[in-house]
Amino acid sequence: MNSYTLSYLKQLESESIHIIREVVAEFKNPVMLYSVGKDSSVMLRLAQKAFYPGKFPFPLMHIDTGYKFPEMYEFRDRFCEEIGAKLIVEHNEEWITKECHPLKLGTDKCCGYLKTQGLLDAIKKHEFDAAFGGARREEEKSRAKERVFSLRDEFGQWDPKNQRPELWDLYNARLNEGQSVRVFPLSNWTEVDIWQYIKLEDIPVVPIYFAREREVIRRNGLLIPVSSFSTVENDAKANFSHEETETVMCRFRSLGCIPCTGAIKSEATSFDDIITEVISARKSERENRVIDLGSDSAMEDKKKEGYF
Amino acid sequence: MESREKTLLRFTTTGSVDDGKSTLIGRLLYETKSIFEDQYAAIEKTSKRKGYDEVDLALLLDGLSAEREQGITIDVAYRYFESPKRKFIIADTPGHVQYTRNMITGASTADLAIILIDAENGVLTQSRRHGIINSLLQIPHLIVAVNKMDLVDYSECVYKNIVSSYEKFSEKLDIHDIVFIPVSALKGDNVAKKSDNMPWYDGATLLHYLETVHVTANRNLLDFRFPIQYVIRPNHGFRGFAGRITSGTISPGEEIVVLPSGKTTTVKSIVTHDGELSEAFPPQSVVLTLNDEIDISRGDMIVRKNNLPQVSNHFEAIICWMDEQAMSNGNSYILKHTTNNVKAFIPRVVYKIDVNTLHREKTDALALNDIARVEIKTASPVLFDTYRVNRGTGSFILIDPLTNNTVAAGMIRGVSRTIDDVIEGAKDKSVTQKKSPHTIWSGWNISREVRELRNSHKAAVLWLTGYSGSGKSTIARNIEKALFEAGCQTMLLDGDNIRHGLCGDLGFSDKDRSENIRRVGEMARLFFESGSIVICTFISPFEKDRATVRSLFPTDRFFEVHVKCDLEVCKRRDPNGLYKKALSGEIKEFTGISSPYEEPRNPEIVVETDLQSAEDIVARIVDTLKKERYF
Repeated sequence: MNSYTLSYLKQLESESIHIIREVVAEFKNPVMLYSVGKDSSVMLRLAQKAFYPGKFPFPLMHIDTGYKFPEMYEFRDRFCEEIGAKLIVEHNEEWITKECHPLKLGTDKCCGYLKTQGLLDAIKKHEFDAAFGGARREEEKSRAKERVFSLRDEFGQWDPKNQRPELWDLYNARLNEGQSVRVFPLSNWTEVDIWQYIKLEDIPVVPIYFAREREVIRRNGLLIPVSSFSTVENDAKANFSHEETETVMCRFRSLGCIPCTGAIKSEATSFDDIITEVISARKSERENRVIDLGSDSAMEDKKKEGYF
Repeated sequence: MESREKTLLRFTTTGSVDDGKSTLIGRLLYETKSIFEDQYAAIEKTSKRKGYDEVDLALLLDGLSAEREQGITIDVAYRYFESPKRKFIIADTPGHVQYTRNMITGASTADLAIILIDAENGVLTQSRRHGIINSLLQIPHLIVAVNKMDLVDYSECVYKNIVSSYEKFSEKLDIHDIVFIPVSALKGDNVAKKSDNMPWYDGATLLHYLETVHVTANRNLLDFRFPIQYVIRPNHGFRGFAGRITSGTISPGEEIVVLPSGKTTTVKSIVTHDGELSEAFPPQSVVLTLNDEIDISRGDMIVRKNNLPQVSNHFEAIICWMDEQAMSNGNSYILKHTTNNVKAFIPRVVYKIDVNTLHREKTDALALNDIARVEIKTASPVLFDTYRVNRGTGSFILIDPLTNNTVAAGMIRGVSRTIDDVIEGAKDKSVTQKKSPHTIWSGWNISREVRELRNSHKAAVLWLTGYSGSGKSTIARNIEKALFEAGCQTMLLDGDNIRHGLCGDLGFSDKDRSENIRRVGEMARLFFESGSIVICTFISPFEKDRATVRSLFPTDRFFEVHVKCDLEVCKRRDPNGLYKKALSGEIKEFTGISSPYEEPRNPEIVVETDLQSAEDIVARIVDTLKKERYF
């Protein structure tokens, strides 16, 4: 009857739970980075499972750039309240008041100030020694090399050539003064796994992941919803002609800041549709993200500076 | 229903870029449609810029900019792909000797390893090294992919030669399943599609083998091991122990014992977020509740009463040194094993393994990438199984507490045996190292204990070792006299005398010296069993020979006495004119001049004849025996 075989998803689940528990057992002050996206949603479910029937013993933290989609803020607040999680929201106030925008500074600098610096300041402020993140190795080629426990120096920098060896399921949780770790419990998950797990577990996600008809404008191969056009253009009075707009069945494959995230053409309105779409996808999931398109080593460069 | 879903295979690939390893993985990804258009476009662009004719699939894999620049793989990269039957996680590791630690990291979680051999180059030193490393890590399945077959005209003869040469070597390895496949990663032959170019090959394609290899059989479902990760106490009514099942299975109602406390109880329930389970098995993460309140914390282990792990603070392991800073005997390290951290140090390197040849070398120092068998001592006992039967409870890492770096990875071989264990073992088997055929050990007619009772003193062996002219004989004679006068039954075995009779056929080569000491040891044993205090005086320059002798006697009855004396003083004394002859070359292989002397590491007694008088030394040794109630 029982073949003692775990499905692939259940094996991944067990591995992630093991990682999350190790962090809580060995660090003083962990936090879970919550970006409101699908990966965060899965990570949160795993945290709930790891400590069931208790609650997970750490807060969530959202580094808010102020540029997220309204649906994301609405979802974030409602969801965290529902599950009774403690949510910390941090901003890099200084640069938000300076009206940091990719069109003004370039995507690299904008990301650097609002996300990277915002995160580093928040970690310092709350004295977190470990921060969970939902990054996956499959996403991008420098992430493929990153450890589950990714050591960062006091400036949050990743040194790819000097990573600690990581063997079996034995994680080295010891830190020197000023160091912290980013922990990636979803390291071995793929985009397909995430969606299959969301379906299996019926995990709530932000509705803009699903396709519906949206009024959009095409810019540099990306579809920009009319509603966020002024934010993308960084101009409250930005003009566009009606000939430019079209109504397209589309969805967001990954979620980021409005100025840097486009929609993709899609008919996927259910979990099953999304899974089918992702399996047959001919483009990687970050195709709609402007920040990765900079150069061949764009992500590696960002990570060296402390980006997640 | 779950079991019908896709299963998972984790495998590792070793080889250097020159072998076409990255190309092979690129090919696997490409053939299983795991490469996205935008990723493909990016490497197409880079390939063009570099002036390649074809798109270099290998570019997909080297994730760090330094690697892309140099065209080499530095670190382990993890890759994911799936076929209709399975999901795969590849740990892609570099093949050069300076990246041995990365190879080991990748192999640590793998169920299968692919070793690449370049058909043009045949079996190289590094192909053998990769086999050795995979064997040390106990990877159950090995695929040897003979690549670049297109460059040797798909020749069956070339392939067969490589296979037979590698098979001959792999007999020495501890790998049970080894498969050879001729491929061309560049052209795609036998990777996912059967090649028309090699009709002589009737085996499976690489992908087919990866999809069908039976991996779950390698799991240990017998020995229940549940290291406690975390105690969950949401309220007063609930106390659960969270962890991942390392091996074995468990059900509610089963009797368990908690280690190291040894308290026993039964399992009340297996709690998960998805509901309670009627049985749990590896690698599930669960929470166990128990029927009795027992004090349990992280690092403890729940096991079955009649199936216990080993418990020891002294064991032997194969370790790979992974830090730039060399190992130091004096340093203490933190040993992380299951969910437990203990202080540890390495008292001894048993031998270093040459990863190219499997040869053992004597050394005290370990540098980056060295692999060695060592002794480990820990501040408190560790609950373990050997790595061979249980990866989860047989593996550990060492952390340097000053830098907090992970400095070594280890696989436990077993408890470090003391001399007493060796004697017990020898008694059990009633054999020693060499024995004549058709002889049966029948035990002593009258036991040593009875003889000791009549003699009113204990039997013992004093083994005096040191340079010629160090004063061994003088001391030995005087000790014997003193003991004899005190009423003891004694015997003196002196090197020169023995060589006149029993060992008259032996010379002074290393081999003959060893045989000499072996015979003397056996003879001392006979006198010892007759109840005598035996005083032996032999230069006995080699550690291993003295250890052999030592192993013949119970620990508290054998005294190794290092008779120390400055070699220059010995030369001056030269009682029989031997140094003179040795220095002139008349005597060959003379200890201290033309043959080495290995100083005892842990002698029971050390005396220094160039600093102390013979009378004082004799009095001290006789006194020691008296105080310890030998007579």
